[in-house]
Amino acid sequence: MVSAVVSTGEAQAQRPLGAAASDLAIELVKINKRFGPVHANKDIDLKVRRGTVHGIVGENGAGKSTLMSILYGFYTADSGEIRVNGRAEAITDSRYALKLGIGMVHQHFMLVDNFSILENVVLGAEDSALLGKSLTRARAELTRLAREYRLEVDPDAIIEDVSVGTQQRVEILKALYRGADVLILDEPTGVLTPAEADDLFRVLNVLRDQGKTIILITHKLREIMAVTDYVSVMRQGQMVETLKTSETSPEQLAELMVGRRVLLRVDKGAAHPGDTFLSVEDLVVKDDLGVTRVKGVSFSVRAGEIVGIAGVAGNGQSELLESVSGMRDQSAGTVKLKGVPLSLEGDDGAHRARKAGLAHVPEDRQRMGLITSFEEWENAMLGYEDDKAYGKGLLLDINAARAEARERIAKFDIRPTNERLKTANFSGGNQQKIVLAREMERNPDVLIVGQPTRGVDIGAIEFIHNQIIKMRDAGKAILLVSVELDEIRSLSDRILVMFDGQIVGEADPATATEQELGLMMAGIGKEAGK
Amino acid sequence: MDMVVILSTLDATIRLSTPLLLACLAGMYSERAGVFDIGLEGKMLMAAFAAAATASVTGSVWAGLAAGLGISLMTALLQGAAAITLKGNQLIAGTAINMLAVGLTTFLGIQWFAQGGRTPQLKEGERFTEVKLPFADELANVPVVGPIYSDLISGHNILVYIAFLAVPVTWFVLFRTRFGLRLRAVGENPKAVDTAGISVIAMRYQAVLITGLLCGFAGAFFSIAQGSGFGNNMTAGKGFIALAALIFAKWKPVPAMFTCLLFGFLDALQIRLQGVEVGGVQVPVQAIQALPYVLTVILLAGFIGKAVGPKAGGVAYSKER
Amino acid sequence: MSALKPLPRWADIILLPLINLTLAFIVAGLVVFAIGQNPLAALDAIITGAFGSGYNIGYTLYYSTNFIFTGLAVAVAAHAGLFNIGGNGQAYIAGLGVILVALAMQSLPWWLTFPVAILAGAAVGGFWGFVPGYLQAKRGSHVVITTIMFNFIASAIMIYVVVNLLKPPGILAPESASIAVEGRMPKLGTFIPWFKNTDVNFTLILALICLVGAYFLIWHTRFGFAMRALGQNPTATRYAGMSNSRITMIVMTMSGALAGMVAVNQVFGVQYRLVLDYVADAGFVGIAVALMGRNHPLGILLAALLFGALYQGGNELQYVIPGLSKEMVVVIQALVILFTGAMEGLFRPALQRLFSGGPAAARSGG
Repeated sequence: MVSAVVSTGEAQAQRPLGAAASDLAIELVKINKRFGPVHANKDIDLKVRRGTVHGIVGENGAGKSTLMSILYGFYTADSGEIRVNGRAEAITDSRYALKLGIGMVHQHFMLVDNFSILENVVLGAEDSALLGKSLTRARAELTRLAREYRLEVDPDAIIEDVSVGTQQRVEILKALYRGADVLILDEPTGVLTPAEADDLFRVLNVLRDQGKTIILITHKLREIMAVTDYVSVMRQGQMVETLKTSETSPEQLAELMVGRRVLLRVDKGAAHPGDTFLSVEDLVVKDDLGVTRVKGVSFSVRAGEIVGIAGVAGNGQSELLESVSGMRDQSAGTVKLKGVPLSLEGDDGAHRARKAGLAHVPEDRQRMGLITSFEEWENAMLGYEDDKAYGKGLLLDINAARAEARERIAKFDIRPTNERLKTANFSGGNQQKIVLAREMERNPDVLIVGQPTRGVDIGAIEFIHNQIIKMRDAGKAILLVSVELDEIRSLSDRILVMFDGQIVGEADPATATEQELGLMMAGIGKEAGK
Repeated sequence: MDMVVILSTLDATIRLSTPLLLACLAGMYSERAGVFDIGLEGKMLMAAFAAAATASVTGSVWAGLAAGLGISLMTALLQGAAAITLKGNQLIAGTAINMLAVGLTTFLGIQWFAQGGRTPQLKEGERFTEVKLPFADELANVPVVGPIYSDLISGHNILVYIAFLAVPVTWFVLFRTRFGLRLRAVGENPKAVDTAGISVIAMRYQAVLITGLLCGFAGAFFSIAQGSGFGNNMTAGKGFIALAALIFAKWKPVPAMFTCLLFGFLDALQIRLQGVEVGGVQVPVQAIQALPYVLTVILLAGFIGKAVGPKAGGVAYSKER
Repeated sequence: MSALKPLPRWADIILLPLINLTLAFIVAGLVVFAIGQNPLAALDAIITGAFGSGYNIGYTLYYSTNFIFTGLAVAVAAHAGLFNIGGNGQAYIAGLGVILVALAMQSLPWWLTFPVAILAGAAVGGFWGFVPGYLQAKRGSHVVITTIMFNFIASAIMIYVVVNLLKPPGILAPESASIAVEGRMPKLGTFIPWFKNTDVNFTLILALICLVGAYFLIWHTRFGFAMRALGQNPTATRYAGMSNSRITMIVMTMSGALAGMVAVNQVFGVQYRLVLDYVADAGFVGIAVALMGRNHPLGILLAALLFGALYQGGNELQYVIPGLSKEMVVVIQALVILFTGAMEGLFRPALQRLFSGGPAAARSGG
């Protein structure tokens, strides 16, 4: 049952939902926003009806947060029009957005950690130069809001002492205290436990019933289905589709979100898996904020096979990769390479992993995999700088390093062909090839690859895919993580689906349909229920 | 020890704590707003010179004070322009200010007054003198309370009282006013302030200017209150002790007062112990001198408690992602 | 707003520092003008004072020697993303190591003592850098605050040690015993009469060796690579598995050791005894030198020569133009730090616009 497949670059279709202008709380017309070379929002149209919960779904980087920051006045659009209650408004700063009754709960809370809840609520909405009166009024108002919306908090508690769920309540209370009629929530459940998330949905329902308009930004389909009335899908900076939630399905939304990319079929023979090279047992990993993102994951990868981990971004894949490769300390569990446990703790864990034969192509090449201010040849040895190939003893044989870099530039067709150029001057695809060449040419037993073709041009994608297949056929164990379902399906010999920090299912790429995978990725597949 | 020695040591403690306290509170405003200031020393030195030079030339202590405050404010503004508007390195800006102060005050001093960098000895009316509080004489003979009131509390110059008055005022401003709430928020999470529709830049400039003002008082204290004229580099690292006190007090006004009193007491003690032998051993006064710095290092390293400064400190605010 | 192109390399490393230096000179000149003196006459006096004869050049080189060491100390740390503001304290306390070695070996020929004194200075100065490095790497305390505190702690220790432990009985001045005449290192003037009896000595050669060594360290060793990587992108070094904490500690130790070489120049090369405050803020001049020299050994050499000339010229200035004191040099130095270090935002965008030829074209690729 394939419906409404839209491919990249096609003009988006904003379905008329039969809304008269007077019903609309918010209307966005042809919004554009660029950050340097990145076109974050392209001609976005959006209509939000008053008194509804309107979901906006899309993968990370689809442009949802940017769009809402424009509506909230934190960024200013390059072009386009914002209408609030039918009137065109130039929202140049957050203060004005608040005045128009638009409040926002940011993904990363805008709270002052060492302030009390009361102080956070009052900040920026004080009545007079002295705080006393404002605090008294806010205290009374919090009691009223707590009664009306069942949003109880202890006004005197300090933010850093309360749970994440409570912090989010404070954000909602802040917006309500400022008289918000339209409430934007940006990925509100990303940091919540399931129970806290359910509580949030209850609150959102109450708010809607009291006449508030809610815009919910998320990449989680379960939330969309559970709480929204309408849903708009964004992909790669564009608005794809707006639907009535009751008339759509998670499968359809998953397809719209991921989109169908230009089909890149990879020619590959059957896999001939050998011994188990990489095994991960009961791995638990926390993120920088201390939230557990990988919740007891076990799997193994054998020589000569590619195991793909599918999943919507933000379900623990990043932390899994960083932990297995030694970049991030694990809270529990073991990682074994050819049966030998790897010691990965400490800030040089990645070095020991490499020594043991585990190479890593990171998800975010600019932030982790490269030092963009360095010349190409320097990045071509990053992480391997103590290799004998680059000289004896303490000294670095620069000529050897540059010669090797030149060889790889030729072999991997990296352009421009100048190893003395600053890495920032290479395109995304060529930067990725620099990283791939470095990690593959070392002949590792295990290769971990995250988002191999993110931000890479079509021509390079095929090359990169073929290189990965070649590694497999050379008898290496490859762990592939990608949010591109198509990529996972065409490259993997086995697919594991990750949802909410756990592996919720395994699929055979030859037989599994996109719908089956999509359901598992959304956490509503048959195996996810277990 | 008899009462007189104790009283005179405590009296010296108050005097020696005063510039520390003013500078420490000065640093509190800008650091609470997220601008690290290692240029307290420089601003004090500039103010000390400007105050003494102006007082000497005009014959008015008040003109001197005004000049000290004015110069310190201008220096703070320069530092603010570098650290806030131009988003420069706050630490390097502070270092430059310190060096500029050392160079400029000596250079101008030599040129203007031709006394090797000293300003002329200030006369009556050109410097702040002791203020006798009401009933100081009447109460002097009352046992215990009398000497404490009339010797210890009464009889300081006005800047001492301003410094100690600045403690409750700072507490009130920081914790009981809208301005203080926003100032503290800017130093912890500027983005939260920005999304609440308040200008981060404007808040930081206001904070830096208050820092300049208080440094101005501290500098004036050296040259036209405690001393009677400016001498080369007369602040002698007190700006850095104030910085240490600020960290030690964990950026809080009342603890800042007690820390400055403690550091002032250590200073008074080491002066009193110069050359004194206890049990045949010369007391190493340098150990007492170094104690504020040692304590601060130990505290910062988390060996006794933990000093965590304002979270957004040291970084210029930029909205771009 | 379209992104501005980065500056061409030559503009970044030559033009921008020159503009900032010129601006510093202009502002200082305005100060001189404002007090009724002729800035050009002052400049002339400084240049003559610094380069007028072999004697002047000798002293210029002596000052430059100190500034090369402290400039390198700041630069090496800066490459790893660390701001070592403690050069003064490291240089000061290193004098302890140098004088103890020098006094212990004073009956031996100087060329035997020299390398040992260097090692001792490096060890003590290095230790004074290592501790703040350790505290940052392992305890999370910021290296800037710790090194500031360490400057003052060093100062207190030195006063105590010199006055209470090293001062021979019968001497009033707070200083250690002097190295025996036969154990003293001859100054360069002994071999090159042109320098006359100036303070420039073999430590200058050491400084030049350190410059070359730093160049190799930074750009031709594995550790230098790791160090620069840390300074540019600590996440990438974590990805690469270089130990960020280990690099921090080693770099701070090396930085302290380099600053400690000032003690060799001052104590072993010039004064032959340990006096108080011999560092004379050379550590802070090092910040200006490193900023001006763009953290490159060649730039540091040039900047150290510049500041050496300014210090020596400033000394002579006060004799040529009464009323103008050498502190003018400190003003210039402060302005250099201000303009090149903290107010870079003043000229860089304007220059970038100039070089981009108006609105820059968007960068290709993505």
